Amino acid sequence: MSKKVLMQGNQAVAEAALVAGVKVCAGYPITPSSEVVELLSRKLPAYGGRFIQMEDEIASIGTIIGASAAGKKAMTATSGPGFSLMQELLGYAAMVEIPIVIYNAQRVGPSTGGATKPQQGDIMQTKWGSHGESPRIALCPSSVEEAYNLTITAFNLSEKYMVPVIILADELLAHIRESITIPESDSFEIINRRTDAPPQEEYLPYKVDNTGIPILPPLGGGYRYNISGMIHGDKGVPNLAPETIDYCIQRINNKLKKYYDDIVMVEKMEEEGSKIAVLAYGSTARPAKGAVRMAIEKGIKIDFIRPITIWPFPEREVREIARRVDKILVPEMNFEGQVAGLVKQSIEGAAEVVQFSKISGLPIYVEEIYNRIIKIDRGEK
Amino acid sequence: MSKLDKYLRLDQFPHFACSGCGHGIALASMVRAIDRLGLDQNITIMVCAIGCAGRLPVYLNFPSIRTPHGRALTIATGIKLANSKLKVIVFMGDGDAAAIGGNHFIHAARRNIDLTAIIAINEIYGMTGGQYAPTTKQGNFASTAPFGMIEPQMDACKLVEAAGATFVARGDIYHVVELDKLIIKAISHKGFSVVEVLTNCPTQFGRRNESSNPSQMIKNIKEMTITKKQAEKLPKEELEHKLVRGILVEKERPEYIEEYDRITNFKEEVNLKWNLKNRKKLK
Repeated sequence: MSKKVLMQGNQAVAEAALVAGVKVCAGYPITPSSEVVELLSRKLPAYGGRFIQMEDEIASIGTIIGASAAGKKAMTATSGPGFSLMQELLGYAAMVEIPIVIYNAQRVGPSTGGATKPQQGDIMQTKWGSHGESPRIALCPSSVEEAYNLTITAFNLSEKYMVPVIILADELLAHIRESITIPESDSFEIINRRTDAPPQEEYLPYKVDNTGIPILPPLGGGYRYNISGMIHGDKGVPNLAPETIDYCIQRINNKLKKYYDDIVMVEKMEEEGSKIAVLAYGSTARPAKGAVRMAIEKGIKIDFIRPITIWPFPEREVREIARRVDKILVPEMNFEGQVAGLVKQSIEGAAEVVQFSKISGLPIYVEEIYNRIIKIDRGEK
Repeated sequence: MSKLDKYLRLDQFPHFACSGCGHGIALASMVRAIDRLGLDQNITIMVCAIGCAGRLPVYLNFPSIRTPHGRALTIATGIKLANSKLKVIVFMGDGDAAAIGGNHFIHAARRNIDLTAIIAINEIYGMTGGQYAPTTKQGNFASTAPFGMIEPQMDACKLVEAAGATFVARGDIYHVVELDKLIIKAISHKGFSVVEVLTNCPTQFGRRNESSNPSQMIKNIKEMTITKKQAEKLPKEELEHKLVRGILVEKERPEYIEEYDRITNFKEEVNLKWNLKNRKKLK
């Protein structure tokens, strides 16, 4: 039986992580994400898991990588300042293909910024925050119920593709409480990483089959192999031959390109003959959707698209929308229009992108987006 | 073929260390200790990070994980939390332990989590070209201390002792039989154990300072260290330039994971359905 419960965003993430099978959580206190570690510290032991509060965020992510390398599902929760510190080991996890889940409740930045105010300023950091180029998946929930469901998806994707997954929420979603419906636990598909490794004599950790995904048995599980953040070939030991560098970087990054269709999720509402589209994500998607509904009531033909997966960015879906409409309005809580920029890059001039930034630490309201839609509809600047 | 060959990834040789480097002596001592203890090679995990010391465990035939600079102890902590039955040995150099990973070093000691950290101290950053380390002696030269080292030398043993490590020992690459015994004791100890191994770097440290002759450097190390007993007899002025070797700290204190499991009534791996049924009760 599914059930209806009142839940806070952070609580939903912690509860869902337990359903997904998290066994180790390491964290460092930071507003607005602390409820996640508080809850897991209380509940994990009864679920056969352990929690630890580490000395900083670097240690937190290090601990969950170690736990995952030893075969357990592991997560940490943080916000911008902590997420910045995690970038080093986030790149490492992507490089060595150890699955981890990081929950980042974005707050106003830069620097200490504002701990209790929302922002959507970590979009670029999520993908490009560490040196070099490494894969990562980021999911943007826009409701508490979705935060619950996407947390399970995050663990599944992470285990399936041996890649770090970031649940990219914001302070609004982290602290909002709403009534959500939780389906019966059995109805969730829980994916665990592959274990079908060949016997030790034939085993090479990073030799992949046609799936492109390595099989990494838990450290201490009977296989003796090396995990290294240095460029490595199939053997997993340092190897700086030009062809190995090329192969290693291509392989880790191509995983996500290969499985784009399985990873990229969007929500769409399309109207016949639309000239305008609104693209919004995370908390901002809800007022955006409200504004779109208001516009439809006024007789304006308008499309709505919400990237649920923000990395890899849903280029194809956005390009499709761009072919249908003349203008795409992108409301977001950051200064540069980080996702607006991604939209521009994806559509290569197929439509005009209208950036709407709000960086006051207040949510974007329905009326604000609605007014922009009206302006665009009237052809005003 | 030596009886220790089974502990080596022979396909990875020749190794990358410079001729005359003392790190191999420290590593061999660790391997002999593991052999003497009869540890299961499959469940003894080697964790290392960056630098000359950080690269060495790649040559050993254990499950091994090499982390970014200074983060070895955090990854090791995670491995233990996931599976407390594993034996986890962390091999680090000056930078990993005393500089970039200093914070993790302090807190692993304070927590008294059951890990063994072996730290090869050669007073220099060798891999990157001889820059000074927190362990470089005042007045010594390094590629980034062309006028001499200004900062006082860090004593990593004192640091972890103050932080709460329950086993701290210092050995060196001259007194190898003694070093084997120290590492055996450290690995057998329940809790956070540290063995500092004084070693030489003729290439980057020696030629800028005392001597680029490896055996001369090893002799210097020999003369620099004294046993506890010898130290008791020496007047204070003479002690200043000596380092005491042997077991410096050995005490009992509850180990972190044992204590965690006890107070949380931790149960390993319960099935999910059971968990969901009990969720209400847990609230």
